[in-house]
Amino acid sequence: MTENTVKDAATEVTADAAAGVPPAAPRGRIARALDSDILHSFLRSKITILSAIVTLVFFAGAALAPWVAPHNPFDLATISILDARLPPLGMEDSDPRFLLGTDDQGRDVFSGILYGARISLAVGFLSVFFAAIVGVLLGLIAGYVGGKVDAVIMRIAEVQLTFPAILIALLVDGVARAVFGNLDRERFAFWILVFSIALSFWVQFARTVRGSTLVERNKEYVQAARLIGIPRFLIMIRHVLPNVIGPVLVIATINLGLAIITEATLSFLGVGIPPTQPSLGTLVRIGNDFLFSGEWWIAMFPGFALAVLVLAVNLLGDWLRDALNPKLR
Amino acid sequence: MLAFSIRRLLQAILVMLVVALISFTLFRFVGDPVNQMVGVDTTPEQREALRERLGLNDPIMTQFGRFIVKAAQFDFGTSYQFRQPVADLIGKRLPATLELSLVSAIFALLVGIPMGVYTGLHRDSVLSKLFLSISLIGISLPTFFIGILLIFLFSVTLQWLPSFGRGDTVAIGWWTTGLLTVSGLKALVLPSITLGLFQMTLIMRLVRSEMLEVIRTDYIKFARARGLRQRSINFRHALKNTLVPVITITGLQVGSIIAFAIITETVFQWPGMGLLFLQSVQNVDIPIMAAYLMLIAFLFVVINLIVDLLYFVVDPRLRADRAAL
Repeated sequence: MTENTVKDAATEVTADAAAGVPPAAPRGRIARALDSDILHSFLRSKITILSAIVTLVFFAGAALAPWVAPHNPFDLATISILDARLPPLGMEDSDPRFLLGTDDQGRDVFSGILYGARISLAVGFLSVFFAAIVGVLLGLIAGYVGGKVDAVIMRIAEVQLTFPAILIALLVDGVARAVFGNLDRERFAFWILVFSIALSFWVQFARTVRGSTLVERNKEYVQAARLIGIPRFLIMIRHVLPNVIGPVLVIATINLGLAIITEATLSFLGVGIPPTQPSLGTLVRIGNDFLFSGEWWIAMFPGFALAVLVLAVNLLGDWLRDALNPKLR
Repeated sequence: MLAFSIRRLLQAILVMLVVALISFTLFRFVGDPVNQMVGVDTTPEQREALRERLGLNDPIMTQFGRFIVKAAQFDFGTSYQFRQPVADLIGKRLPATLELSLVSAIFALLVGIPMGVYTGLHRDSVLSKLFLSISLIGISLPTFFIGILLIFLFSVTLQWLPSFGRGDTVAIGWWTTGLLTVSGLKALVLPSITLGLFQMTLIMRLVRSEMLEVIRTDYIKFARARGLRQRSINFRHALKNTLVPVITITGLQVGSIIAFAIITETVFQWPGMGLLFLQSVQNVDIPIMAAYLMLIAFLFVVINLIVDLLYFVVDPRLRADRAAL
């Protein structure tokens, strides 16, 4: 269902672009941006503003983790096993130094979340970025060149759609283990994860871009460009691409949430980021072992942080889709 | 319809061949099968003999052909870690996963459809808004975290339901079922909610948007003008016409339920195929990985095929112009 709506949004947006935005009065870019529909719809929705703030707080917290985190969970010199398993503030035996308590090795849970969000967000952004690049390029080529190239790319996409992202990522991880061996795998875990998530997410980009490229290809400006002898590659990149790139932003936002969930799930399953540099998913995995002994905070706080982050990103994605698609309003 | 079915069947076979090729590549080229089977003290001559016996020196196409013939009989050789035939290992675990998947699919349908109908009919009621908010949260919460939350609430804090395993099972032939014992049923509750929650929200949103569209159509207005009772309009006229996309999505979701069972099975230590597959990934047990991949692909393809054919049963319009197909 989501895919269909995204696809609808895609055709909708390109149709708008094609209809030609009315020539704007010669005002500054900023003035125009301030008066745009998008900004108005943003300010109208309180939930969207809230989720934008939450997302920004997460981004800032993750980016500035080394400066804002009260402790460095990776600095073995500063953590002490004597501080292990302290409950969060407000409970008995809590320690004012540790806002959300500590884990089994005495690492501060709050700092762990900040550093974990850093890794989760990095994996999410990079994998969506690579998926978008590969997907947009392949979609562009499939749509513009057509014929056999199109058929091959789209068949591959279809076969891949048959499998859920998580399964593909697990397989890639299994292969990586076999190729690199377990020790090397830990060193490359971050990039293997980015690669495997990107590999399973490119299809949606490719299908959307292909759809709008098919529409653009027959428009007059493309024919004109072809007539004056601009090479095919340049037409694709300089002329078609700007007109099909709109929906990609929407898909990217929605996929960012999915990518973060996929990363967390893989790390939770123990095939993602190793515990030496834990992401949010790894933190939940570590905490899961202590759930039954009553130390719920080790798993719960990172889990909630993850859920809130993904919820905020998803809400932003929903809003962006609706804002760029006037028909749904 | 026949031409359509044949075309779908050919497509299905193509997908299976591609997946078989991937499985075979895994099997043959990722990690040397011989190295996995012999000890450290095996001489090069013995290794060579084993290679010859396993047919690893044959041309690649011959090997691939043999792989497909064996795969069709579900013969994937011996697991590296368990030293048992892969087919036996998976066969033993299959009932657990299928039961879990089936129960959670039923849960998703039984809860998701009524919720979708309700939110579609009463757009602005408080309850609808509540359902929609819950569904958004359900989509944003990762499956494993839902499982952990449920365990924490119902197993650790309230101690109502077990947090791991299948409970007592009854064997019917080679099939073991947990549906016939109290502890088996109790053990099913949390895992199937965890697994089905995402599908439930998906179905709810789908039925809702379809209902919103359908109740605006002329034939519903006409039915109302005829003075039919609201209930009969809603369920006999409107709901029926929302079912085509619901069948598609549910069908496609059955496949991903089985795949997502990997996560649920890990959280609840459910002795199914997913857990086996995860262990095989962690231990680079290629035969199990290849077999699981083929099995999942097969299930996906069969389900998709059934879904495509179900359209004809559900939507009479397709039957009417079958000549065009």
